[in-house]
Amino acid sequence: MGFSLFTPLSWNDTGFILTGVLNTIYISVVAIVIGTILGAIVGFVRAESNKWVNMLLGSVLDILRSVPLIIQLILFTTYVGVIGYPLEPFVAGSIILSLYTMAFMSEVFRGGFESVPKPMQVAARSLGMSYWQTLRYVRLHIGLRAVFTSWLGVALSVIKDSALVSVIGYMELLRTSEQLISRTQQPLEILIGVGIFYFIISYPLSLYGKHVERKMAL
Amino acid sequence: MIQIQGVHKSFGDLEVLKGIDLEVNKGEVVSVIGGSGSGKSTLLYCINAIEKIQQGKIIVDDIDVHAKSTNQDLLRQKLGMVFQQWNSFPHLTVLENAALAPQVVLKKSREEAIEIAKKELTHVGLGDKFDQYPKRMSGGQQQRLAIARALAMKPDYMLFDEVTSALDPELVGEVLDTLRMLRDDGMTMITVTHEIAFAREVSDKVAFFHKGVIEELGTPQQVIENPQKERTQQFLSKVLH
Repeated sequence: MGFSLFTPLSWNDTGFILTGVLNTIYISVVAIVIGTILGAIVGFVRAESNKWVNMLLGSVLDILRSVPLIIQLILFTTYVGVIGYPLEPFVAGSIILSLYTMAFMSEVFRGGFESVPKPMQVAARSLGMSYWQTLRYVRLHIGLRAVFTSWLGVALSVIKDSALVSVIGYMELLRTSEQLISRTQQPLEILIGVGIFYFIISYPLSLYGKHVERKMAL
Repeated sequence: MIQIQGVHKSFGDLEVLKGIDLEVNKGEVVSVIGGSGSGKSTLLYCINAIEKIQQGKIIVDDIDVHAKSTNQDLLRQKLGMVFQQWNSFPHLTVLENAALAPQVVLKKSREEAIEIAKKELTHVGLGDKFDQYPKRMSGGQQQRLAIARALAMKPDYMLFDEVTSALDPELVGEVLDTLRMLRDDGMTMITVTHEIAFAREVSDKVAFFHKGVIEELGTPQQVIENPQKERTQQFLSKVLH
């Protein structure tokens, strides 16, 4: 019987993996919720404002969209640490992932707000509805339906992108699996398993999305 | 009463209305005819405060439409407007389309708003379409929905902006019939229209617009049957063949 540094994968690891799964879901939900709310606000402002405000906002968003997420994560975490405010990996990860999500969501929502034809808004106003009533009862409904599929697409990619938060030490699904791999030296089984988990998290959402989309079709 | 006094309106350098004077009394039907680009639709948009004016005044029941102190949302409750495009709200059923503004703007209860909507929809002949979505209806039906939706706000005036222009020819009749019905109900209306025969039939007054001014104004007999101005004669001979 030889001595080994490595111990094979066992059922005892299930709890550890599940923690990773839950943490992935947790940070994804946080980023999607915050990113959606901020994205809706920024998208609305962009749809409603003049070209100067748009250029300013657009360039900030372009940076968030163009710089790879992994670099943003490392830069941000390192920088806040250097200036004396070290953040928990979850907090730092949530901030960056939310902003990153916001950058994409804002374009989605901007498109939604702009998809409502101007004459239809004028028609609503001509009925005596105020600007905000028109927004609340007409534009939001039509715009949100128009962008639901794109919103879901961004949300699903955020779940997958959340794997990158592993680089700053957050124990989500990928980092959990990396630790298991270094202990067990069974990368194939573990990575296939992790892939399946991401699929199990994402696929029902995408099915549900198709269902909702059919129901909401205008 | 709608009083339009010396109204000038420009889009940038382009002056579309060059001093318009017109009065519309309660119960009157006034038709505005003229070539495209003559400013007739713009005038309706100015009456409804959708467009600003640069000079002059528009007064609706003693309310100065473009005064800073005027609450234009409140003003628009008096003025129903129907457009060339029907602009049905696609996410709402026919009934909800007509009930939305009474509920949201007039703060009626849902039941009350639906009662009003049902009544107006039935009035325009859509009594069997309550639960349909607009996209399943013809243009003529959607245009009647737009009329019912405006009527549900119990406006004192109705403004019609070329409401039959976007319709297939066979659907024009049903919409014109609805307008005739409104006239018979005693509704005060301004209709911008290309339907000269219709204008002659229903109007108390006809205004012929040409390049931003009212070239000729009078009864249908005067303006359409016996026009005095050369431009009116030219226009009518073109549209009546």
